[in-house]
Amino acid sequence: MGKKFLLEHVNVPGIETLPVYQSKGGYASVEKAIKTMTPEQLIEEVKFSDLRGRGGAGFPTGLKWSFMDKKSEKPRYLVVNADESEPGTFKDRYLMEKLPHILIEGMIVSCFALGSKTGYIYIRGEYMYIVRILEKAIDEAYKAGFLGKNILGTDFSCDIYVHPGAGAYICGEETALLESLEGKRGNPRLKPPFPAIAGLYACPTVVNNVESIAAIPTIVNITADKYNDVGIGKSAGTKLISASGHINKPGIYEIELGLPVEEFIYSDEYCGGIWKGRKLKAVVAGGSSVPILPANLILKTAKGESRLMTYESLADGGFVSGTMLGSGGFIVMDETACIVRNLWTFARFYHHESCGQCSPCREGTGWMEKVLHRIEHGHGHMEDIDLLVSVAKKIEGNTICPLGDAAAWPVASAIRHFREEFEYHVKYPEKVKDPKHFEKEPFVSESLLMNA
Amino acid sequence: MAKVTIDGIEVEVPDGTTILNAARKIGGELVPPAMCYYTSLKDSGGKCRVCLVKVAQGSTKDPRPMPKLVASCRTPVMDGMVVQSKSSAEVLEARKAVVEFLLINHPLDCPICDQAGECDLQNLAYEHGAAATRYEEDRRTFEKIDIGDKIKLHMTRCILCYRCTFVADQLTNDRVHGVLSRGDKSEISTYIHKAVDNDFSGNMIDVCPVGALTDKTFRFKSRVWFTNPVDAHRNCTKCSGKVILWKKGDDILRVSARKDKYGEVTEYICNECRFEHKTVSDWTTEGPRHVEHNSVISQNHYERTDLLKLKKEIERQIEFEKGAHLPPEPSPKLHE
Ligand SMILES: Cc1cc2nc3c(=O)[nH]c(=O)nc-3n(C[C@H](O)[C@H](O)[C@H](O)COP(=O)(O)O)c2cc1C
Ligand code: SF4
Ligand code: SF4
Ligand code: FES
Repeated sequence: MGKKFLLEHVNVPGIETLPVYQSKGGYASVEKAIKTMTPEQLIEEVKFSDLRGRGGAGFPTGLKWSFMDKKSEKPRYLVVNADESEPGTFKDRYLMEKLPHILIEGMIVSCFALGSKTGYIYIRGEYMYIVRILEKAIDEAYKAGFLGKNILGTDFSCDIYVHPGAGAYICGEETALLESLEGKRGNPRLKPPFPAIAGLYACPTVVNNVESIAAIPTIVNITADKYNDVGIGKSAGTKLISASGHINKPGIYEIELGLPVEEFIYSDEYCGGIWKGRKLKAVVAGGSSVPILPANLILKTAKGESRLMTYESLADGGFVSGTMLGSGGFIVMDETACIVRNLWTFARFYHHESCGQCSPCREGTGWMEKVLHRIEHGHGHMEDIDLLVSVAKKIEGNTICPLGDAAAWPVASAIRHFREEFEYHVKYPEKVKDPKHFEKEPFVSESLLMNA
Repeated sequence: MAKVTIDGIEVEVPDGTTILNAARKIGGELVPPAMCYYTSLKDSGGKCRVCLVKVAQGSTKDPRPMPKLVASCRTPVMDGMVVQSKSSAEVLEARKAVVEFLLINHPLDCPICDQAGECDLQNLAYEHGAAATRYEEDRRTFEKIDIGDKIKLHMTRCILCYRCTFVADQLTNDRVHGVLSRGDKSEISTYIHKAVDNDFSGNMIDVCPVGALTDKTFRFKSRVWFTNPVDAHRNCTKCSGKVILWKKGDDILRVSARKDKYGEVTEYICNECRFEHKTVSDWTTEGPRHVEHNSVISQNHYERTDLLKLKKEIERQIEFEKGAHLPPEPSPKLHE
């Protein structure tokens, strides 16, 4: 059994209430942090823990905190990103639903470290029932003196507000989120300036994912030293993985970073292997935005080393033969899955969610979706495959925010690794007109057939 | 002050100047095109991505190159920065890509569009685009709407540069239009038709780089290159009253604000000057308008560019006769 920092007590009845949460050691880190540590010490501690952002980009959290403009006279803000809309990612939902207090505890300590008196939780509108859970927990925390004026008798005061979004994926991008929180249209801002200098209401702001903030109490309680004992190298601590797709046990798993991918997929402690006794075909390891990898490359790197669930190992091979840990949305596909159909679904999502501000993403995402739709439905031409690669390349790197890249990478990687499957769709339009084509007759590449 | 080098040419500009404006200070072919940035409109720019440049060296202090191409209209210069614009194949490729993206959903109805001949998208496509399209899908369409009693919106032609929304925000008291929906379904719109009604709304027509916002008093009257632009002014209590009259014979077909060579309005004008004064006696004429903005209208009939070219060539030959070496050929674009 791996170490559990976040989900250790998740099955304790009543853990969403303050008394039960406290009976399991909850809120100890608030006491420790604000009574015995300085904000600078806390930031150093988080830096030293090697905690990296759990929202997708994996940026070192302590470093981000240290960028906060210290000279500014303006108020500072902590904003928790609970917009969680990446297809395949559903861990923050579980965490907030089951353990609302761990997030609030983390926010109080983080606000103290950042010199902020106000924290916001920007949560996706579809999670309305969680808004209620969080507000109930916040109420409890106010009553117990963990929030409000003079927390635990010190001169530190802090308020937390929950703000639901209105259902746009783009509002998970941190600057679009801030625009939306300010009550404007959720268009990403041009950077620089970064939020640490000019964020919410042009004040210094830190935006962190729910899971990143929920890791803070553990770091304070057990010390950074013990926290980064778990994991490998610069991938420290534990990570929540949302496992979905053709596996026996889909769900949320807390893993120690460094777990071999093979063990994660096949061991009974985690995904429990591929369902219906089928074979593994491909995995999207970090949410819909990261490159897809075929079975051989997800289990082993191109160098033949066993692939591990770490930021570095998953990225080994760059975009040629690697992928990214991203937000930990682990989507598994068995031999009956159609890569083209899956990619079309992703493309449809990005087309629908582009904010439309910059031309490459606004126009390119729609173009890719339409071409993929044609190929999947048996109306494609061979040239379309290279056209897709070309369009993806022209979006990548040329946009305001990373949504453009997120739309381009899956296309580029799917064609890189599964080109023959695209060609099959063009060659056999009659066969692919049935949406369940590969369920009836799994795709086998022609090169494999020839070798057999 | 900061020293920057763009395509090998050094220029010194005040701190905080954008790369685009530093390039405009040098002038010529290295100036990146711009479809959304507008100097006088705060917060404009960064959206169309056509002004992308490569920063080969960040600054003297931190010489690292920037990892991605940057939007020159919103990136400030640093002392010692080295920028590649026209000299980088990567930049030209990216600009070409943006043009392709801007055109896939564009109706290409230039033959019936009032903007033809003075359209930034036409010029851009001419200079950076490909002759054929790779797009075979349906183009998105919208209904034409009247957003004010003098302004028609053809949303199909809009490139979502947001300039008109900045005009409404910054020049008028009330913005009643904006961007609805998202992605390629985004549209410029008012909730209520003909809602745009204020003294400076007409400037939205001038800042629009394409034919999305057109002057209803001029629609379908004439191709711009058959009109004769003259500078004129009148005493106006609301604005400077300095305009261009677009005439055919003694008829004033259209009144617009004056623009600089990058197509940017130099002084915004009020709706009264623009829409209400279409008789010659209302105006004091200053003389023919030299349209510097690189476009079909600069090739118009009253200014014989072929003669100008000939004159320049003769001057060049005379220089040579005087014993000096042959001066460089004049740039084919006379007005740059
Ligand atoms: C299109 C887009 C959507 C995003 N959605 C989310 C999201 O739902 N939740 C999240 O935590 N981060 C999301 N991010 C990443 C955030 O911009 C930001 O990097 C993150 O919240 C930082 O937190 P972290 O450092 O704790 O990971 C998204 C980024 C992009 C470009
Ligand atoms: S990349 Fe897409 S989502 Fe991001 S700013 Fe541009 S249009 Fe909007
Ligand atoms: S209508 Fe014209 S000015 Fe307004 S956003 Fe569209 S292209 Fe720009
Ligand atoms: S002019 Fe710079 S992005 Fe449009």
